[in-house]
Amino acid sequence: MKELFLLLFASIVTSNIALTYFLGMCPFLAISKEIKVATGMGAAVTVVMTFTSLANWLINNLILLPAKLEFLQFLIFIITIAAMVQVLEMFLDRYSPTLYSAFGIFLPLITVNCAILGVSLFMVLRSYSLIETIFYSFGSGLGWTVAIVAIGGLRKGLIFSDPPKNFGAAGITAILAGLMALAFIGFTGVVRG
Amino acid sequence: MAVVKALIFLNAFSLFICLLIIFLDRIISNYGICKITINNDKEFTAKGGKSLLRTLFENKYFIPSACGGKGTCGYCRVKVLNEDIPVSPSESLIFTREEIKANYRLSCQLKVKTDLRIEIPSEYLEIREYKGSLESSEPVTSDIKKIRIKLLEPDTIDFKPGQYVQVRIGGEAGTDYRAYSMASDPEERNSIELNVKLIPDGLGSSYIHALKEGEKIFFSGPYGDFFLRTDSARKIVCVAGGVGLAPIKSIVLAWSRQPDKRILELYYGSRTIKDLYDHDIFVKIGEANKNLRYFPALSQEDPEWKGDRGYIHNIIQEKLTAGEESEAYLCGPPIMIDAVTKVLTEKGIPLERIYYDKF
Repeated sequence: MKELFLLLFASIVTSNIALTYFLGMCPFLAISKEIKVATGMGAAVTVVMTFTSLANWLINNLILLPAKLEFLQFLIFIITIAAMVQVLEMFLDRYSPTLYSAFGIFLPLITVNCAILGVSLFMVLRSYSLIETIFYSFGSGLGWTVAIVAIGGLRKGLIFSDPPKNFGAAGITAILAGLMALAFIGFTGVVRG
Repeated sequence: MAVVKALIFLNAFSLFICLLIIFLDRIISNYGICKITINNDKEFTAKGGKSLLRTLFENKYFIPSACGGKGTCGYCRVKVLNEDIPVSPSESLIFTREEIKANYRLSCQLKVKTDLRIEIPSEYLEIREYKGSLESSEPVTSDIKKIRIKLLEPDTIDFKPGQYVQVRIGGEAGTDYRAYSMASDPEERNSIELNVKLIPDGLGSSYIHALKEGEKIFFSGPYGDFFLRTDSARKIVCVAGGVGLAPIKSIVLAWSRQPDKRILELYYGSRTIKDLYDHDIFVKIGEANKNLRYFPALSQEDPEWKGDRGYIHNIIQEKLTAGEESEAYLCGPPIMIDAVTKVLTEKGIPLERIYYDKF
């Protein structure tokens, strides 16, 4: 049980999918201008990440591995992610219109978010069990949310600062993300203790 | 062997996922039959799941829409009397806070999921559908075609110069509509002319450009509050950019029939001499009517061209007398409308007397 919570904590903080692996950078840079929007995107990513890695774990362990087709992981995982997003969108549209309109365009955008595929592939590389996968993917989603909300808050401050003109909005955000990554690495010792 | 196995598996998996999605779509996205009440008076039932705009069109209620359901033009607004209809991001861009509070929504963005009660202006109820046949289709520039449609059923149309129609894309079975302004004189009641510019990969323009003579064409109309006002003796300033000439031409033709003609200044901007279609028509009207002042201008260098050169707002800056009682009609790309509006207000035409059609 302790290991599971360590895994959860590690995936949120020390091995944060956005800040230590730099996955899911397109939405991370593109829709982190406002905290509210960033939170919405983060929530959508967390939900999709948890469900897709769960589905992918089942497909991988029950079908691909027994049939010795593990080299198809990339393709199959991508198809699962796309289908999952589609179904989730239909479901929300039907049963929770307010949530659907809150997610808006973010939900279909998640299909091409590489952090989602990254989590599914890591789970295979690290040979996680089903329960570990759930903790790991949920934690990674939360971690990605923490990162995008934090950078959203920092970018709000950028309005009042005066960065060198050649950095532009994206350049200075990338530098900020780098500094944040440094800060997150500082958590490393905490887990081992 | 492994390759064949992999291919078979991959195909089977994709097929399974597709079938699963279709199956779930049938179950989840089944909204049943919904009742739609218009202005507390008329009502009809329709299968839910489509946008309100499309549902209304399929039931022969026509409301204006110029962008083809993308949620950008804001013409298809309706007032929804139901409570708790969520606001989509594109709606929050189009509407002010007060309008959203007053429950205005874009019918192209609103999906019919439950019974709806809506309010629309009563003049929309008079818009009807016409059936016509393509009389002629004549290329006038490298990408613009003049389309003439003969009306069959009903065989006449009454519209104000400057208004537009919505052509049904794909003939009788089509479900998409695109808006085009009438370029003809409203007096010719049994046929209309449209000027259609071919947009690469454009749904509407490629369909219309490919139509053959005699083919049937369906459209609804007339729509729009961009039309020539006839309640004053003010000077008329018309500004057209490229294919934006269509409604302006209709206005000029209608004007040229009036007995006591107000002064009309026509500014017509184009890129090259080849793009300046219908130039001769205005020269001819100008010769017959002293009150028409015609200022064509090209934005690109052309050795054959003896007239003015430059962007049309610069020409207006140069030629238009400031401070006269005037009203203005503009049609063209948004960037032109914005630049011209700025010049016109500087010249003393109040914003509420500048009418425009942006596309």
